[in-house]
Amino acid sequence: MTVLQIIALVLVALGGAAVVLTPEPLRQTMVLGIYGIALTLLFMVFQAPDVALSEIVVTGIGLPLIILAALRKIRQQEDQHRARAGEREEAK
Amino acid sequence: MSFLPYAVAAWLFVIGLWGVVSSRNLVRTVLSLTVVQSSTYLLLLGVGYRSKGQAPIVADIPTTSKLVDPVVQVLVLTDIVIEATVTALLLALVVQAHKRFKSVDPDDLRPLRD
Amino acid sequence: MSRVVRLGLFVVAGCGLATVLVIGFTGLPDFGGAHELVGSVTNLTEPTLRHATDVVTALNFDIRAFDTLGEEFILFVSVSGVALLLRHLRDEEEDVDTTPGIEEHRFSGASDGLKLVSLVLIPLILAFGAYLVFHGQLTPGGGFQGGVVLAAGPISILLAGRYLSMKRVAPGRLLEAADSLGAAAYAMVGLGGLIFAGIYLKNFLPLGFSGHLLSSGEMPLNSVAVGLEVSGAFLLTWTEFLDQTMIGPPSGSAGE
Repeated sequence: MTVLQIIALVLVALGGAAVVLTPEPLRQTMVLGIYGIALTLLFMVFQAPDVALSEIVVTGIGLPLIILAALRKIRQQEDQHRARAGEREEAK
Repeated sequence: MSFLPYAVAAWLFVIGLWGVVSSRNLVRTVLSLTVVQSSTYLLLLGVGYRSKGQAPIVADIPTTSKLVDPVVQVLVLTDIVIEATVTALLLALVVQAHKRFKSVDPDDLRPLRD
Repeated sequence: MSRVVRLGLFVVAGCGLATVLVIGFTGLPDFGGAHELVGSVTNLTEPTLRHATDVVTALNFDIRAFDTLGEEFILFVSVSGVALLLRHLRDEEEDVDTTPGIEEHRFSGASDGLKLVSLVLIPLILAFGAYLVFHGQLTPGGGFQGGVVLAAGPISILLAGRYLSMKRVAPGRLLEAADSLGAAAYAMVGLGGLIFAGIYLKNFLPLGFSGHLLSSGEMPLNSVAVGLEVSGAFLLTWTEFLDQTMIGPPSGSAGE
């Protein structure tokens, strides 16, 4: 086990804990991006360049866009619910 | 020290499950599931590694040099792309649940007939 | 059961699970000492049998091509699920065609630097994605990675601030056609193997010279089919999600 592999493993362990313990979903998305870079480093030092390419492409492009679009849709729906509840209050 | 990859894989699995169980927001549940998935990638790659082995690309090294195991890399490679799409499906379910129940708290979800 | 009881139960069960996992992992061979037979044999024989220099892609698209067929259809089915859920959601809302004021939805927060850099990067992204897809059997790459990079091209139009222009470049019908065509093309290449060589998904095209672009028989074809399908699938997922947020009835927080 080389020193680089030990460093990469420690970074991944800390990154995983950071992703789980972040309180807000928006910040968690950013921490997930950094965790993806740590995983890419780990896959590279494990001599797996195909896997590292796949990981950085998906965690950099695929996942954050989907999560941010879903978060925005949820916030839009919350505003709609609040607006409809407000209309119902006025109608009473 | 050679046990460290497996220990980190077990640690990621358990802490990812903790995130799934203890989150108050369904989006955080889905993101903690990503950590659980990455623990399986680490385990598979750790099983296939050979010390002083090189990456399994034989474009410029002789074919008889020591290479790491390529079969586990194939499993992990397609798995990463597929799990991103499954996460998208889970988030579509979360959006639909929020529309129905007006909350993303898992404790607020009830059976539909209530 | 209350939340505290549930969390306490998980702590106990989690410690038990961690102990069992660690005990199980000590039975594995030492890290670095793996001696599986299949991997070693594949590494030695694959370059002479298939003329591909990237062993991982050769396993993915030729030697274990049947597993890739299954995984590709998992992707297809989950994208169909996303489209089904979110289109049903959209039909329940008010009719968006009659809502006034939705002409060209712009990112008001996008600076000029972001717009310029996004537009400049689009041909680079598309070229790099095509390079990854076509060079799958020679260098690290292949259909899966190249497909996701290809999907990032039209998304850069979105980042440059024009969502409806992106819809004109990549309309929904084209994306569905690309997705389905990629999935069907992979299965058709397998049928070619059945017709010409007697076994489904067997390599039946000439193998060529190792290191050339058109080598290793059906691997470039499979790679292109998977790249088409993955890029269509990701773009379809994104437009389904973004359709909900970009073209919706103007609510209180519509200005961003």
